[in-house]
Amino acid sequence: MSVESAERVRTLPMTERARLVPRFLAASAVILLAAALLSLSVGPTGITLTSLPRALDAAWFGADDAATARERLVLLDIRLPRTLIGMFVGAALAVAGAMMQGLFRNPLADPGLIGVSAGAALAAVATIVLGNTVLAPFIEPFGIYALPIAAFLGGAVSTTILVSIAGRHGQLAIGTLLLAGIALGALAGALTGLLAFGSDDRELRDLTLWSMGSLGGASWPKVFAVIPFGLLVLVVAPKLIRALNGFLLGEAQAFHLGVNVEKTKRLAILATAASVGAAVAVAGVIGFVGIVVPHVVRIIAGPDHRVVLPGSALLGATLVLMADVFARIVVRPAELPIGIVMAAIGAPVFLHLVLKRGVGGFG
Amino acid sequence: MTATVFRGPVRGALVFLLFLLAGWGGQASPSFAVTVTDAAGDEVEVTDLSRIVSIGGDVTEILYALDKQDQIIAVDTTSQYPAEALQEKEEIGYMRALSAEGVLSMNPTVIIASAGSGPPEVVKLLKSSSVPYVEVTDDTSPEAVADKVRFVAKVVGEDEKGEKLASSVEEDFAVLAEQREKIETPVRALFILSVGDGKATVAGKGTGADSIIALAGAENAAGSMTGYKPVVNEAAMELAPDAIVTMAHGGPMSNTLEKIKGVKGMEMTPAVKNDRVITMDGLYLLGFGPRASKAARALMAELYPELDIAKPEGDDGHHHKAEAKNPHTEK
Repeated sequence: MSVESAERVRTLPMTERARLVPRFLAASAVILLAAALLSLSVGPTGITLTSLPRALDAAWFGADDAATARERLVLLDIRLPRTLIGMFVGAALAVAGAMMQGLFRNPLADPGLIGVSAGAALAAVATIVLGNTVLAPFIEPFGIYALPIAAFLGGAVSTTILVSIAGRHGQLAIGTLLLAGIALGALAGALTGLLAFGSDDRELRDLTLWSMGSLGGASWPKVFAVIPFGLLVLVVAPKLIRALNGFLLGEAQAFHLGVNVEKTKRLAILATAASVGAAVAVAGVIGFVGIVVPHVVRIIAGPDHRVVLPGSALLGATLVLMADVFARIVVRPAELPIGIVMAAIGAPVFLHLVLKRGVGGFG
Repeated sequence: MTATVFRGPVRGALVFLLFLLAGWGGQASPSFAVTVTDAAGDEVEVTDLSRIVSIGGDVTEILYALDKQDQIIAVDTTSQYPAEALQEKEEIGYMRALSAEGVLSMNPTVIIASAGSGPPEVVKLLKSSSVPYVEVTDDTSPEAVADKVRFVAKVVGEDEKGEKLASSVEEDFAVLAEQREKIETPVRALFILSVGDGKATVAGKGTGADSIIALAGAENAAGSMTGYKPVVNEAAMELAPDAIVTMAHGGPMSNTLEKIKGVKGMEMTPAVKNDRVITMDGLYLLGFGPRASKAARALMAELYPELDIAKPEGDDGHHHKAEAKNPHTEK
């Protein structure tokens, strides 16, 4: 997040907690760095970062033996893309959750509210179930990337439909957005269910596994594909800090504070749809991050979006990386779906925080 | 954590040990080298069979039938037959949700995998590793089953045994085809996957059960449906099967005749009225490995007692013991 925008914000009084903010963010960044190094260093093969120089050497000058080639493959083609994708997915989901909760002023808001997950799921399941028959001609040219591309487009289309319904009078009505979101979500869910009903055993297992999320399919093409979305969020989120702080007081109050309410809503929804769509496309459905991480940040550091947004990005990335490290070693050489791990380690921690510290910025 | 850093002499000694082991493995099959064109159309050279990772129930079953079990180090969770495969070998997870690093951590010398393995990114990574990755067709047609046996046998250098096994499979299928000619009015058979909550889940078109019913010369009573679907009440009556085929798996969830009678509408069907409920081992019936032809023959013998089909011997769906080496080649 850029420093200037944080300097400009003077809408909220400085609290005792605000002084802790830089320290909190610095600590989160250090923890994320440690998690990333751990993610690069841990896996079922037992190869560690100490092999990195040899792996890099092999990547640049070619490997002369099988063992080095293996280290190169594991470190540079399996773990590095996996770590980068994990950081992106965690940060994207957590920041999107924070923006949605701020925008809807609802502690339970998550990116699902704007239809992106339901649309992505429908498209992904359609690709899995109909990919060999009806949709084959459309899917063939994209090869192994058909599913992520379809999921992303599905999320984008459903969010576009929702925004055009809620914004048909020129203004984006939050109430309409919520209700139409529920209706569209139910419709997409029904179609997804219909497809699941018509699926065979293997397709059913595929779509169940997809809905539990995994970073196992991470690859360099996917890393390059998500970079633009990561940049988009990095550019858009800082611009929304002041506006989202205004929204904490209410939409009308935000307007009187001089916030361009309409622009804020559209920008936040655009950033959320794009980043969550990309995250779901590369890693499947990973719940829990978007709703829990922003609350953890609020409980620790207060509701100011100058800390909630960057803090959510750092903590979200850390949480996904740690869950993934666990997912890949706990049943090795097999792998657990990351969604299961995420909920299993995250839920008790969250519950502990809620019981000990109260509910943070909301309620 | 598994990450252990060995330094200096310890690491040297380990590497030396590994080389020794590798050398020992190599001695077991001296100067072995075979190049095959696999189901993906890639030319793969296999030079070392000492550590095989087998992915796909049919692949594992074939490898066991070829007496290669001692060289298998890891299998996927669909490798249910023979039962000792999952008990004795490392388990690398479900074949559609493999972990690239997990598979590589087994230090395989060759990966033999069904074409249905995934996810595709992981398969791509595994193919880019230095370990030969051989893809085996996942087609379930009678011809494909025999070809699959020959192909896997070639990969592991057991052409002769493979040929024996494959021709016994073909022979069984030929017998089946011959017998099917004699059937004038095909039996309407219904495959029940599970019974619970007063509903029966039956097999429609596009399922393994549908294929095996067709091979056994019967007509799938639920052929108007696709996939495994629940039926109840009028729909169950409407199916009017002459015989019900179901799986034996023991325990309180078994599909007993009483439970099937408990499904509304099912008690009105000719099958239940005449007590024609055929129970067979699910893996035997639906595995579509080299035992598929025998399973189809066994089912045909049950469905058409009047045809006097000799039940296939040696393999009635019960797990073969290690000492009863290879039931498939006994013919």
